[in-house]
Amino acid sequence: MFKISGWSLIRLYTILVYIFMFAPIVAVVILSFNPQQFGSFPMEGFSFKWYVKLAQNESILSAFKNSLILGSLTSIVVTAVAIPAAMAFVRYDFPGKNSLNTLLLTPIMIPEVVLGVALLLFIRWLQQPKNFFLLLIGHVVITLPYVLLVVQARLVGIKRVYEEAAMSLGANPLQTFKEITLPLLAPAILAGMLFSFTISFDDVTATLFWATAQNQTVPVKIFGMLRNSISPEINALGTVMIVLTISTPLVAGYLIRRFARGGSFN
Amino acid sequence: MQKSSWRPWALLSPSLTAVFLLLVVPVCFIVVYSFWLRAPSGADIPAFQFGNYKKFAADFFYPSILLRTIRVSLETVILCLVMGYIPAYFFYRSKTRYKSVLLLLIMIPFWISFIIRTLSWINILGDTGLINHVLIKLDIISEPLNMLYNEGAVLMGLIQYLLPFMILNVYVSLEGIDKSLLEAARSLGCTEWQAFKEVTLPLSLPGVSAGCLLVFVLTSGTYLPPMILGGPRNEMIANLIFKRVIGTLDWPFGSAISVVLLTLLVIIIYTYNRYLGINQIFKSLQ
Repeated sequence: MFKISGWSLIRLYTILVYIFMFAPIVAVVILSFNPQQFGSFPMEGFSFKWYVKLAQNESILSAFKNSLILGSLTSIVVTAVAIPAAMAFVRYDFPGKNSLNTLLLTPIMIPEVVLGVALLLFIRWLQQPKNFFLLLIGHVVITLPYVLLVVQARLVGIKRVYEEAAMSLGANPLQTFKEITLPLLAPAILAGMLFSFTISFDDVTATLFWATAQNQTVPVKIFGMLRNSISPEINALGTVMIVLTISTPLVAGYLIRRFARGGSFN
Repeated sequence: MQKSSWRPWALLSPSLTAVFLLLVVPVCFIVVYSFWLRAPSGADIPAFQFGNYKKFAADFFYPSILLRTIRVSLETVILCLVMGYIPAYFFYRSKTRYKSVLLLLIMIPFWISFIIRTLSWINILGDTGLINHVLIKLDIISEPLNMLYNEGAVLMGLIQYLLPFMILNVYVSLEGIDKSLLEAARSLGCTEWQAFKEVTLPLSLPGVSAGCLLVFVLTSGTYLPPMILGGPRNEMIANLIFKRVIGTLDWPFGSAISVVLLTLLVIIIYTYNRYLGINQIFKSLQ
């Protein structure tokens, strides 16, 4: 008797935690359809008014373009940097390996404010202007640990025998990597790219330090809009971002499963 | 494992260069800058003096922000633990078919924009938000309650941001427990509760402590929730840094505050690593 009621309490508790996590997000989506001037309850009808307004807002559209370009470039650069590093950590033995691995993961533990100040200070000392390149390299540092973790985890699961077989048949290390390791690694690479894209697309704190008025990203733009009050337009923009960021991993998951079936020998 | 003298270094060179140039060197710059002077004209003068740190310690204002940061971080850790352990235990013991879906759901907030998640609390807690709307409709109150722009609202935002980290850390360590240990405890006459207390709970502590550390570290450097959901009296140290650097362009003082924050984190992470080992943290992030 006690066991049953204890377990149902645990289940009830879990459900309440889920409600806590999702109620605010659901409220954003619902309120974005409220035609009222102030984005608040009660709902008075249902309209796409704020989405239409959003689509006509030049500065938000340009922020979207900036975010998309920045996120895509970040994901390409960071993956290109992370794959060889993961190869080194998983496939080779060398002195100082563990400390170097920890060093490459430290950006996770360093507050973004500190990262923001530090990089900006460095750029200022070099007398370089704040520009798009600063945002790109900054985002690469922020996302590197995550991509490294994803690729490394996958690489550990790829058996050495396939690579050794290729080598023993006369392939050089580069050929082996291209023909064997890379295809097997494809799901992790895709996951890492999408992961870094999302992190870059969402990043606010450090980006607030690095962005200028010309290259604002969507979250920085939202931050600026918040100064006044929370308008229904922000709820609409939030809904667009929620749909984008939720569909990205789902699409990725689907693609990964398809890829995994294609390269099926592990 | 291959042994090659140069290949791993060649493979590592891009990432090490990136982290060295964009993280290690800039952080050293902060430390150096924190000793510099700021001229009344606003120019930074190279120097070696502790004026910025003295300024931080002199007034009660700055240390109180540091103390508040530590207090809010501890509160967040405790609340995340209380709110996170039970759902993690639920995932571990549950035999429902939807377990993977439920786990995926708890991951989803990771993917949703941080700023949207933070500001979404305004829709719930605001004067015309969901809670006030419902309470007024039910005639429980006549005037809206002020629930925004205080520490409670900041904590809501922080918990919603950090709870998944705690749940995943605890869940990963629960999953690692050999289930036969539980069966052994049960067959030796333990009740469900005793088995939990004597076996499951102690064995899940590595995940609990890793989750606590991660939540503490991420909270103490957080900028957005106090900025958006808090009032002027809920500022945390990251807000102070931002104001000094971007607001008043006082780079040396801003650097000094950053060094204070970094020192706090280094002490905590070092102590943790000394006694518990840091690698548990990265396990759950995979």
